Amino acid sequence: MNDVIHSSLYFGMLVSVGAYLFGVWLKKRTKLAILNPLLVAIVLVILFLSVFRIDYQEYNKGAVYLSYFLTPATVCLAIPLYRQLEYLKRHTFAVAASIAAGVAGSAVSIFIMAKLFQLEHVYYVTLLPKSITTAIGMGVSEEAGGIVTLTVISIIVTGILGNIIADWLFQIFKIEEPMAKGLALGTAAHAIGTAKALELGEIEGAMSSLAIAVAGLLTVVVVPLVSGLI
Amino acid sequence: MKYLKETAIIFGITMAGEFLNYLLPFPVPAGVYGLFILLTLLSVGIIKVEEVSSVGDFLLDTMPLMFIPAGVGLLDSTGEAGEILVPLVVITAVSTVFVMVLTGEVAQRIIRGAQKKEAEHE
Repeated sequence: MNDVIHSSLYFGMLVSVGAYLFGVWLKKRTKLAILNPLLVAIVLVILFLSVFRIDYQEYNKGAVYLSYFLTPATVCLAIPLYRQLEYLKRHTFAVAASIAAGVAGSAVSIFIMAKLFQLEHVYYVTLLPKSITTAIGMGVSEEAGGIVTLTVISIIVTGILGNIIADWLFQIFKIEEPMAKGLALGTAAHAIGTAKALELGEIEGAMSSLAIAVAGLLTVVVVPLVSGLI
Repeated sequence: MKYLKETAIIFGITMAGEFLNYLLPFPVPAGVYGLFILLTLLSVGIIKVEEVSSVGDFLLDTMPLMFIPAGVGLLDSTGEAGEILVPLVVITAVSTVFVMVLTGEVAQRIIRGAQKKEAEHE
């Protein structure tokens, strides 16, 4: 039995897909926002691996193939964006202003808290690109002299957290416009937030896709301007 | 055949994105280049949305799955954060909430302001 698991490439994929399916089912069943399918799936897989004493490397040998589809999936974000292009053209200002506010807000909030925690320069610049998509964020962190592996960790934590708390935040702050939801998800939580936005609707998904690209590129410009402040 | 053709188009554009990523000196990932290539091809009409949408919608539908391996791996890498772990998590969490609310609020105010103006004109 163990040999099969150790040699199988499908084991990791099966566990991931199974855990995610269960997460979707649980969410439908309970309708609780905290039971986010992605969070449930991650927790389930972690529990499964530790109960059966399987190494992360063993699991990831197969599961990593799932991540390889991320690049073509990102390309396909152009599809909802294309379908909503007319809508987007009518709201160019709202799109540009809100994403710019988000990118600036990210830099300011990280600066203030880095001061509060008295972080050294290297950790401050490590965190600066945390809201943008991994591939851009890694480049920005490296350029600014940050620790790239830590940047990746904070990017993933940001995405998963954003994906989980979005419903709840939108309720509390009465953010009801589909477009505003999409822009907020993509700007704050990049592609993982966009996965959530696509669940909410096509306008949300389209705006979030656009925000990944725009916020990512804006951050490339902003980080060098503020990285010397600490 | 339909799925085969769609897959070929999507993989082709993905590769073109990788090519740009390799050629150009900007820290833009292959996927984002590919996104703009596909958007341009769709807008110009070289590719019709029906020619990529079955496989495309499948990939978008299963996108959350693709983040599970990285999420599970987080536990393995918490050691790397060491003593910085607590401030890192706190700063990440607070700033994520702040950015999401700020972006959403700004967008919603502008959209609703524009709608009000339109309503007054009519």
